[in-house]
Amino acid sequence: MAIAAVRGRLIAVIGDEDTCTGFVLGGIGEINKHRHPNFLVVDKNTSISEIEECFKGFLRREDIAIILINQTIAEMIRHVIDQHSSPIPAVLEIPSKDSPYDASKDSILRRARGMFSAEDFR
Amino acid sequence: MSGRDRLNVFPSRMALTNMKARLKGAQKGHSLLKKKADALTLRFRAILKKIIETKTLMGEVMKNAFYSLAEAKFATGDLSHMVLQNVTKAQIKVKSKKDNVAGVALPVFETFTDGSDTYELYGLSRGGQQIDKLKKNYAKAVELLVELASLQTSFVTLDEVIKITNRRVNAIEHVIIPQIERTIAFITTELDEREREEFYRLKKIQEKKKKIRAASDKFQKERRDALELEEEAAANLLEEQRDEDLLFD
Repeated sequence: MAIAAVRGRLIAVIGDEDTCTGFVLGGIGEINKHRHPNFLVVDKNTSISEIEECFKGFLRREDIAIILINQTIAEMIRHVIDQHSSPIPAVLEIPSKDSPYDASKDSILRRARGMFSAEDFR
Repeated sequence: MSGRDRLNVFPSRMALTNMKARLKGAQKGHSLLKKKADALTLRFRAILKKIIETKTLMGEVMKNAFYSLAEAKFATGDLSHMVLQNVTKAQIKVKSKKDNVAGVALPVFETFTDGSDTYELYGLSRGGQQIDKLKKNYAKAVELLVELASLQTSFVTLDEVIKITNRRVNAIEHVIIPQIERTIAFITTELDEREREEFYRLKKIQEKKKKIRAASDKFQKERRDALELEEEAAANLLEEQRDEDLLFD
């Protein structure tokens, strides 16, 4: 962990093709020496268990600090995301191309509900 | 009154002083923890506000990014396969630092770039400008998301710590301090009780002594009276009594 912290840690992406393409082109993509990429392209053929496995794999990897996940995909594996409670790696839900961001579904913001009124989320 | 309600101590003066010291310590700890909880809550609310701001900003930035992706696709054709297959090393990485709030270490992420751009020559034939814009937009999005991630980790950590601190504050306020107070009350009543007992005992002893003394006084007086009677019966040689002259009369 210390070594990973010195060298810098990665950002992982689970998302549809366009999201992944964009972020990888932005320069966050990496394939490690075991040929494991730090992103997962989810299309209509990807099963939920596959996404779950990949997400859990990202959680286990020590060189990943942040996991970006499309909100639509996060909805599919919500139970796994809700189980993850430690601060690192941070799981961030991002909007995808075909669905806007809905703050009321966000795991983190759901915990914050009640502290702020509804119009603060808009 | 069982062991749960108060501490199990022998009611003595030393225990009372000890308990008083503990009560003072508990009150001090309570006020300190309360201050800590307040400081953390202050920070927590600030972070929450920032998270909501950043999340709305993120929607905007992501929209721009997707739009530029569509533009680039329009200009260069489908590039996603090429991009996704040619991944080697990450150019943007994050470093984590620690920020300290009231003794709580909060992780703060920072992006840094190392290595060269793998996709330097993308869009060389056509759509180069769009690809460049796309890269820039996504780099901006990544930066924002990293900021959001550090806010979010701080949020989660602070949430946890605030819960723990509040639990401690409440435990001290509602369990430990009443327990110590009850113990002090118990010791005080017990000591008072003992004092009263002692007082009563003293009184009783005095009374008894008085009785004994009265009895012995009475006895002695009787004896003295008896003696006096006896003495009177025996003639006193030294008494001023004229004897009758034997010869000259």
